[in-house]
Amino acid sequence: MDHHDVTPTNVAPVNDGVEEQPETAREVVFEIRDASVRYGSNLAVDDVSFDVGAREITAIIGPSGCGKSTFLRCLNRMNDFIPSAKVEGRINYHGENLYDSRVDAAEVRRRIGMVFQKPNPFPKSIFDNVAYGLRINRFKGDLSELVEQALTRAALWDEVKDKLKKSAYALSGGQQQRLCIARTLAVQPDVVLMDEPCSALDPIATSRIEDLMVELKRDFTIVIVTHNMQQAARVSDMTAFFTTDVAEDSSRVGRLVEFDRTQTIFTSPSDQRTEGYITGRFG
Amino acid sequence: MTLLETPPRPSTPPRPPISHSSAGGWRRAKNTIASLLIVGSLVAAMIPLVLIIGYVIVRGIDAISWAFLTEDIPILTRAEGPGMGPAVVGTLLITGAATVMAVPLGVLGGIYLNEYSARSTFGRVVSFFAEVMTGVPSIVMGLFIYSIWVLRFGVSGFAGALALACLMLPVVIRTTEEMLKLVAPELRESAYALGGRKAGTILRVVLPAAAPGIISGALLAVARAAGETAPLLFTVLTVNKTNTDLFNGPNTTLSLQIFRNAQQVFTGPQDRAWGAALTLIAIVFVFTLLSRGLSAVFARKHRV
Repeated sequence: MDHHDVTPTNVAPVNDGVEEQPETAREVVFEIRDASVRYGSNLAVDDVSFDVGAREITAIIGPSGCGKSTFLRCLNRMNDFIPSAKVEGRINYHGENLYDSRVDAAEVRRRIGMVFQKPNPFPKSIFDNVAYGLRINRFKGDLSELVEQALTRAALWDEVKDKLKKSAYALSGGQQQRLCIARTLAVQPDVVLMDEPCSALDPIATSRIEDLMVELKRDFTIVIVTHNMQQAARVSDMTAFFTTDVAEDSSRVGRLVEFDRTQTIFTSPSDQRTEGYITGRFG
Repeated sequence: MTLLETPPRPSTPPRPPISHSSAGGWRRAKNTIASLLIVGSLVAAMIPLVLIIGYVIVRGIDAISWAFLTEDIPILTRAEGPGMGPAVVGTLLITGAATVMAVPLGVLGGIYLNEYSARSTFGRVVSFFAEVMTGVPSIVMGLFIYSIWVLRFGVSGFAGALALACLMLPVVIRTTEEMLKLVAPELRESAYALGGRKAGTILRVVLPAAAPGIISGALLAVARAAGETAPLLFTVLTVNKTNTDLFNGPNTTLSLQIFRNAQQVFTGPQDRAWGAALTLIAIVFVFTLLSRGLSAVFARKHRV
């Protein structure tokens, strides 16, 4: 199947009852064309193409090992730290090739922040966790004001304002994850990548983070990898469904099956594999 | 089967009281034997520890006095009474100089090996030889310094410090490397994800997280160096008067004085040897406490 032609505009109108919204001129943040990731000679993600729109939540779903996280890490060059990893194809960020040799990867990561699967605050105080990014990026202005702003945005300020000097490890898992989000927001990124941000959290903490994501959508572009299909359905505007193909030599390759509006993916997917996955028949 | 039909319940056997263990006597006995063995091993391991410290205190405590710690060593070896001043000063000077040389170098080397060359052949080779070097007999280090330094520039406290630094360096490198390996990769990743660069991330995130372990490792090396005798025998020699000049003339240390005085047949020097032993243990003890305190401060500040 020729999947990188699947864009929201050329999906067959199979959705009955769902109103086909006119495609407004989307501001595209990431233009991903034929992107592949290799670890040495091993192909991990093959030939992914889709666009990520500004101020949208794009969810990446799919079974374990389908290269969702690997792919997400290409978007802010986190794979640079794995010496054998190589990204092919083209990933444009606001029209600029992310992998151009002149691009400063640290600056890329400042603008494209990342929240990880496990809450991973620094072994520092709550304040210093949020201030860290501001300090290393030499932000000008009142540090404590910027920290307060970030914590407020991450819906954590009220819970921690009296214990900013306390260790970040004194917080609960859900609070730690919101602290990590605050830390990311503090450096004023343009995009926030989230790699299964709720998989280590209970349903209440998860729902707080989901509310937060919807809130943040007004200012930020969010790309989230999730195992939780309900979560993708609840929060995202667009969904990319990845799957694993087992090649002849039994190596596993992640591929994009379908990319469409979330509503379409969950009500009338055009690919049988997507339907099978979201209805729980496989994966 | 219709919904109304329920399968017959299998009859359950009578439930034994919980005071009756299904584990059986032999499993319980094995557990008891294992516990006893462990406690027994601990006691056995404690015996030399307690005896050494206890015996040194008993034999050395009478010799210790302010005069003992400050006065010059009697020129006549068989003389009774204090002191060990030059050796106390020499130990602090020589060990201190060795620490100043070996710890920063070793920590930086460990950082390089783990953070910059972990996957390269060069890094692996260096790391392997650092490991081998930790097992090199200390007298070989002394011989090395004797041939490359002492033969040209003469004996001095500094020559001894060089030998001790060579001894400490591989230990500090290896512990730093191992401690850095233990720092969670997620911490580095999150620093990089905020736009951090390598050097800044190592300095601000990785090193503070590894600091308690690195401090412990460095202290172990310092304590070992403070008690070394062999590499100092032909690099430092010995003096009876305090020599505060690290770079000129022979010096002395507590370990050298223990070695020299304990061989004597007279009770005077023997008492001084015991006193020196106790002083040395006390110095190492104080440094251990200090470093533990330092580690605790770090751990509290960056609680992991």
